[in-house]
Amino acid sequence: MKIKENIENKELIVNSSTDNLSEVRTFVQAMWNSYGYDEKKGRSVVISVDEACTNIIKHAYHFDTNGIIKIKVKSKKNKFIVKITDTGSHFDPNQIPEPNIPERQKSKKGGGLGIYLMKKLMDEVKYSNKGKKNELILVKYLN
Amino acid sequence: MADFKVSSREQGQVRIIDVRGYLDAHTAPELENEFNKLIDNEQFKVVVNFNDLNYISSAGLGVFMAYVETMREHNGDIKFSNLKDDVYNIFDLLGFPVLYEFYDKEEDAIVKYNQ
Repeated sequence: MKIKENIENKELIVNSSTDNLSEVRTFVQAMWNSYGYDEKKGRSVVISVDEACTNIIKHAYHFDTNGIIKIKVKSKKNKFIVKITDTGSHFDPNQIPEPNIPERQKSKKGGGLGIYLMKKLMDEVKYSNKGKKNELILVKYLN
Repeated sequence: MADFKVSSREQGQVRIIDVRGYLDAHTAPELENEFNKLIDNEQFKVVVNFNDLNYISSAGLGVFMAYVETMREHNGDIKFSNLKDDVYNIFDLLGFPVLYEFYDKEEDAIVKYNQ
Protein backbone atom coordinates (compact mmCIF):
# COMPACT_ATOMS: atom_id res chain seq x y z
CA MET A 1 0.00 0.00 0.00
CA LYS A 2 1.10 3.54 -0.60
CA ILE A 3 2.06 5.48 2.49
CA LYS A 4 1.57 8.91 1.06
CA GLU A 5 0.69 10.38 -2.26
CA ASN A 6 0.87 14.12 -2.72
CA ILE A 7 -0.22 14.98 -6.24
CA GLU A 8 0.36 18.70 -5.70
CA ASN A 9 3.98 18.04 -4.68
CA LYS A 10 4.27 15.36 -7.37
CA GLU A 11 5.49 12.92 -4.77
CA LEU A 12 4.73 9.30 -3.86
CA ILE A 13 6.05 7.44 -0.83
CA VAL A 14 5.69 3.65 -0.66
CA ASN A 15 7.04 0.75 1.35
CA SER A 16 9.73 -1.34 -0.31
CA SER A 17 7.47 -4.14 -1.52
CA THR A 18 7.05 -5.45 -5.06
CA ASP A 19 3.33 -5.30 -4.23
CA ASN A 20 3.62 -1.52 -4.71
CA LEU A 21 5.15 -1.58 -8.20
CA SER A 22 1.78 -1.17 -9.90
CA GLU A 23 1.06 1.83 -7.66
CA VAL A 24 4.41 3.34 -8.64
CA ARG A 25 3.72 2.82 -12.36
CA THR A 26 0.25 4.37 -12.13
CA PHE A 27 1.69 7.40 -10.31
CA VAL A 28 4.52 7.99 -12.80
CA GLN A 29 2.24 7.63 -15.82
CA ALA A 30 -0.30 10.04 -14.25
CA MET A 31 2.46 12.59 -13.54
CA TRP A 32 3.75 12.29 -17.10
CA ASN A 33 0.24 12.69 -18.51
CA SER A 34 -0.39 15.73 -16.27
CA TYR A 35 2.20 17.64 -18.30
CA GLY A 36 0.35 16.73 -21.47
CA TYR A 37 3.27 14.79 -22.94
CA ASP A 38 2.81 11.97 -25.45
CA GLU A 39 1.52 9.04 -23.43
CA LYS A 40 3.50 6.44 -25.34
CA LYS A 41 6.86 8.11 -24.69
CA GLY A 42 6.01 8.11 -20.99
CA ARG A 43 5.93 4.32 -20.94
CA SER A 44 9.72 4.11 -21.10
CA VAL A 45 9.91 6.35 -18.02
CA VAL A 46 7.32 4.18 -16.25
CA ILE A 47 9.25 0.97 -16.88
CA SER A 48 12.55 2.62 -15.84
CA VAL A 49 11.10 3.72 -12.51
CA ASP A 50 9.68 0.19 -12.04
CA GLU A 51 13.19 -1.23 -12.67
CA ALA A 52 14.80 1.30 -10.30
CA CYS A 53 12.32 0.51 -7.50
CA THR A 54 12.70 -3.24 -8.08
CA ASN A 55 16.46 -2.82 -7.65
CA ILE A 56 16.01 -0.82 -4.46
CA ILE A 57 13.67 -3.49 -3.05
CA LYS A 58 16.17 -6.26 -3.89
CA HIS A 59 19.58 -4.68 -3.42
CA ALA A 60 19.10 -1.73 -1.04
CA TYR A 61 16.47 -3.22 1.28
CA HIS A 62 17.12 -6.93 0.58
CA PHE A 63 13.35 -7.61 0.38
CA ASP A 64 12.65 -6.04 3.79
CA THR A 65 9.24 -4.48 3.12
CA ASN A 66 9.61 -1.90 5.93
CA GLY A 67 11.93 0.26 3.85
CA ILE A 68 10.74 3.53 2.38
CA ILE A 69 10.97 4.56 -1.27
CA LYS A 70 10.26 8.17 -2.18
CA ILE A 71 9.55 9.17 -5.77
CA LYS A 72 9.42 12.80 -6.79
CA VAL A 73 8.78 14.10 -10.27
CA LYS A 74 9.44 17.40 -11.98
CA SER A 75 9.71 18.70 -15.50
CA LYS A 76 11.69 21.68 -16.69
CA LYS A 77 13.77 22.82 -19.63
CA ASN A 78 12.52 20.03 -21.88
CA LYS A 79 13.43 17.37 -19.36
CA PHE A 80 11.26 15.03 -17.31
CA ILE A 81 13.10 14.23 -14.10
CA VAL A 82 12.33 11.50 -11.56
CA LYS A 83 14.17 11.49 -8.24
CA ILE A 84 14.01 8.23 -6.29
CA THR A 85 15.37 8.09 -2.76
CA ASP A 86 15.80 5.27 -0.26
CA THR A 87 17.73 4.67 2.96
CA GLY A 88 18.85 1.10 2.31
CA SER A 89 22.32 -0.25 1.50
CA HIS A 90 24.28 1.84 -0.97
CA PHE A 91 23.74 0.55 -4.45
CA ASP A 92 25.11 2.37 -7.46
CA PRO A 93 23.54 1.02 -10.66
CA ASN A 94 26.31 2.61 -12.70
CA GLN A 95 28.78 0.16 -11.16
CA ILE A 96 26.93 -2.88 -12.50
CA PRO A 97 28.45 -4.28 -15.71
CA GLU A 98 26.41 -4.95 -18.82
CA PRO A 99 24.86 -8.43 -18.57
CA ASN A 100 26.01 -11.24 -20.84
CA ILE A 101 22.57 -12.65 -21.63
CA PRO A 102 23.60 -15.81 -23.57
CA GLU A 103 26.01 -16.73 -20.77
CA ARG A 104 23.42 -16.19 -18.04
CA GLN A 105 20.94 -18.28 -20.01
CA LYS A 106 23.41 -21.16 -20.31
CA SER A 107 23.80 -21.18 -16.55
CA LYS A 108 19.99 -20.99 -16.16
CA LYS A 109 20.01 -17.64 -14.47
CA GLY A 110 17.50 -14.88 -14.97
CA GLY A 111 17.86 -11.34 -13.78
CA GLY A 112 20.55 -8.71 -14.05
CA LEU A 113 18.75 -6.91 -16.89
CA GLY A 114 16.95 -4.12 -15.06
CA ILE A 115 19.73 -1.57 -14.84
CA TYR A 116 20.82 -2.19 -18.40
CA LEU A 117 17.23 -1.66 -19.59
CA MET A 118 16.84 1.48 -17.48
CA LYS A 119 20.00 2.95 -19.01
CA LYS A 120 18.78 2.12 -22.52
CA LEU A 121 15.41 3.78 -21.94
CA MET A 122 16.53 6.92 -20.10
CA ASP A 123 18.82 9.72 -21.29
CA GLU A 124 20.55 10.16 -17.91
CA VAL A 125 20.90 7.88 -14.88
CA LYS A 126 22.69 9.53 -11.95
CA TYR A 127 23.32 7.99 -8.53
CA SER A 128 24.63 9.63 -5.41
CA ASN A 129 24.62 8.81 -1.73
CA LYS A 130 24.17 11.48 0.84
CA GLY A 131 24.79 10.12 4.30
CA LYS A 132 22.25 7.37 4.80
CA LYS A 133 20.29 8.37 1.75
CA ASN A 134 20.64 6.96 -1.76
CA GLU A 135 19.44 9.20 -4.51
CA LEU A 136 18.82 8.10 -8.08
CA ILE A 137 17.93 10.63 -10.73
CA LEU A 138 16.42 9.49 -14.01
CA VAL A 139 16.10 12.01 -16.82
CA LYS A 140 14.18 11.75 -20.08
CA TYR A 141 14.72 14.44 -22.71
CA LEU A 142 11.50 15.63 -24.26
CA ASN A 143 12.92 16.59 -27.64
CA MET B 1 -3.16 -3.98 -7.75
CA ALA B 2 -0.95 -5.70 -10.25
CA ASP B 3 -3.19 -7.76 -12.42
CA PHE B 4 -1.52 -10.79 -13.94
CA LYS B 5 -2.85 -14.16 -15.00
CA VAL B 6 -1.06 -17.15 -16.42
CA SER B 7 -2.54 -20.40 -17.69
CA SER B 8 -1.50 -23.12 -20.09
CA ARG B 9 -3.18 -25.38 -22.61
CA GLU B 10 -2.28 -28.30 -24.86
CA GLN B 11 -1.96 -27.98 -28.61
CA GLY B 12 -0.80 -31.38 -29.86
CA GLN B 13 2.75 -31.85 -28.58
CA VAL B 14 3.11 -28.16 -27.80
CA ARG B 15 2.17 -26.42 -24.58
CA ILE B 16 0.80 -22.89 -24.96
CA ILE B 17 1.25 -20.49 -22.04
CA ASP B 18 -1.17 -17.56 -22.08
CA VAL B 19 -0.03 -14.51 -20.14
CA ARG B 20 -2.38 -11.63 -19.36
CA GLY B 21 -2.02 -8.21 -17.77
CA TYR B 22 1.13 -6.95 -16.09
CA LEU B 23 4.29 -9.04 -15.72
CA ASP B 24 6.73 -7.47 -13.24
CA ALA B 25 8.94 -8.44 -10.29
CA HIS B 26 5.81 -8.99 -8.21
CA THR B 27 4.03 -11.30 -10.64
CA ALA B 28 7.02 -13.08 -12.28
CA PRO B 29 6.99 -15.90 -9.65
CA GLU B 30 3.56 -16.98 -10.98
CA LEU B 31 5.11 -17.50 -14.41
CA GLU B 32 8.02 -19.40 -12.82
CA ASN B 33 5.49 -21.73 -11.18
CA GLU B 34 3.92 -22.41 -14.57
CA PHE B 35 7.32 -23.34 -16.07
CA ASN B 36 8.11 -25.56 -13.08
CA LYS B 37 4.84 -27.44 -13.67
CA LEU B 38 5.70 -27.97 -17.35
CA ILE B 39 9.15 -29.29 -16.46
CA ASP B 40 7.66 -31.65 -13.85
CA ASN B 41 5.34 -32.96 -16.58
CA GLU B 42 8.23 -33.18 -19.06
CA GLN B 43 6.61 -30.73 -21.45
CA PHE B 44 9.46 -28.87 -23.06
CA LYS B 45 7.96 -27.50 -26.28
CA VAL B 46 6.49 -24.19 -25.26
CA VAL B 47 4.87 -21.24 -27.01
CA VAL B 48 4.16 -18.17 -24.90
CA ASN B 49 1.19 -16.24 -26.29
CA PHE B 50 1.45 -12.56 -25.30
CA ASN B 51 -1.82 -11.46 -26.90
CA ASP B 52 -3.31 -10.15 -23.64
CA LEU B 53 -0.07 -8.99 -21.98
CA ASN B 54 0.02 -5.21 -21.57
CA TYR B 55 3.29 -4.75 -19.73
CA ILE B 56 6.58 -6.53 -19.11
CA SER B 57 9.59 -5.49 -17.04
CA SER B 58 13.00 -7.16 -17.00
CA ALA B 59 11.82 -9.49 -14.22
CA GLY B 60 9.52 -11.13 -16.77
CA LEU B 61 12.30 -11.52 -19.32
CA GLY B 62 14.45 -13.05 -16.60
CA VAL B 63 11.99 -15.93 -16.24
CA PHE B 64 12.49 -16.96 -19.88
CA MET B 65 16.28 -16.68 -19.50
CA ALA B 66 16.20 -18.99 -16.50
CA TYR B 67 14.12 -21.72 -18.18
CA VAL B 68 14.95 -21.74 -21.90
CA GLU B 69 18.13 -23.79 -21.54
CA THR B 70 16.28 -26.61 -19.75
CA MET B 71 13.70 -26.68 -22.56
CA ARG B 72 16.37 -26.73 -25.27
CA GLU B 73 18.32 -29.49 -23.52
CA HIS B 74 15.20 -31.64 -23.85
CA ASN B 75 14.63 -31.00 -27.54
CA GLY B 76 12.17 -28.22 -26.82
CA ASP B 77 12.25 -24.44 -26.76
CA ILE B 78 10.39 -21.33 -25.63
CA LYS B 79 8.95 -19.49 -28.63
CA PHE B 80 7.02 -16.23 -28.43
CA SER B 81 3.91 -15.08 -30.29
CA ASN B 82 1.34 -12.27 -30.51
CA LEU B 83 3.40 -9.53 -28.82
CA LYS B 84 2.12 -5.97 -28.69
CA ASP B 85 4.64 -3.41 -30.01
CA ASP B 86 5.44 -2.00 -26.55
CA VAL B 87 6.16 -5.43 -25.15
CA TYR B 88 8.24 -6.51 -28.15
CA ASN B 89 10.24 -3.29 -27.85
CA ILE B 90 11.54 -4.35 -24.43
CA PHE B 91 12.67 -7.75 -25.75
CA ASP B 92 14.26 -5.99 -28.70
CA LEU B 93 16.18 -3.47 -26.59
CA LEU B 94 17.74 -6.31 -24.63
CA GLY B 95 18.73 -8.27 -27.73
CA PHE B 96 16.30 -11.17 -27.34
CA PRO B 97 15.36 -11.45 -31.05
CA VAL B 98 18.71 -13.13 -31.79
CA LEU B 99 18.26 -15.56 -28.89
CA TYR B 100 14.59 -16.50 -29.30
CA GLU B 101 12.06 -17.02 -32.09
CA PHE B 102 9.23 -14.49 -32.28
CA TYR B 103 6.07 -15.04 -34.35
CA ASP B 104 3.10 -12.85 -35.21
CA LYS B 105 0.70 -15.74 -34.70
CA GLU B 106 0.61 -18.66 -32.28
CA GLU B 107 -0.07 -21.10 -35.16
CA ASP B 108 3.19 -20.11 -36.87
CA ALA B 109 5.16 -20.95 -33.73
CA ILE B 110 3.38 -24.32 -33.37
CA VAL B 111 4.08 -25.19 -37.02
CA LYS B 112 7.81 -24.67 -36.33
CA TYR B 113 7.74 -27.46 -33.74
CA ASN B 114 5.95 -29.79 -36.14
CA GLN B 115 8.45 -29.36 -38.98
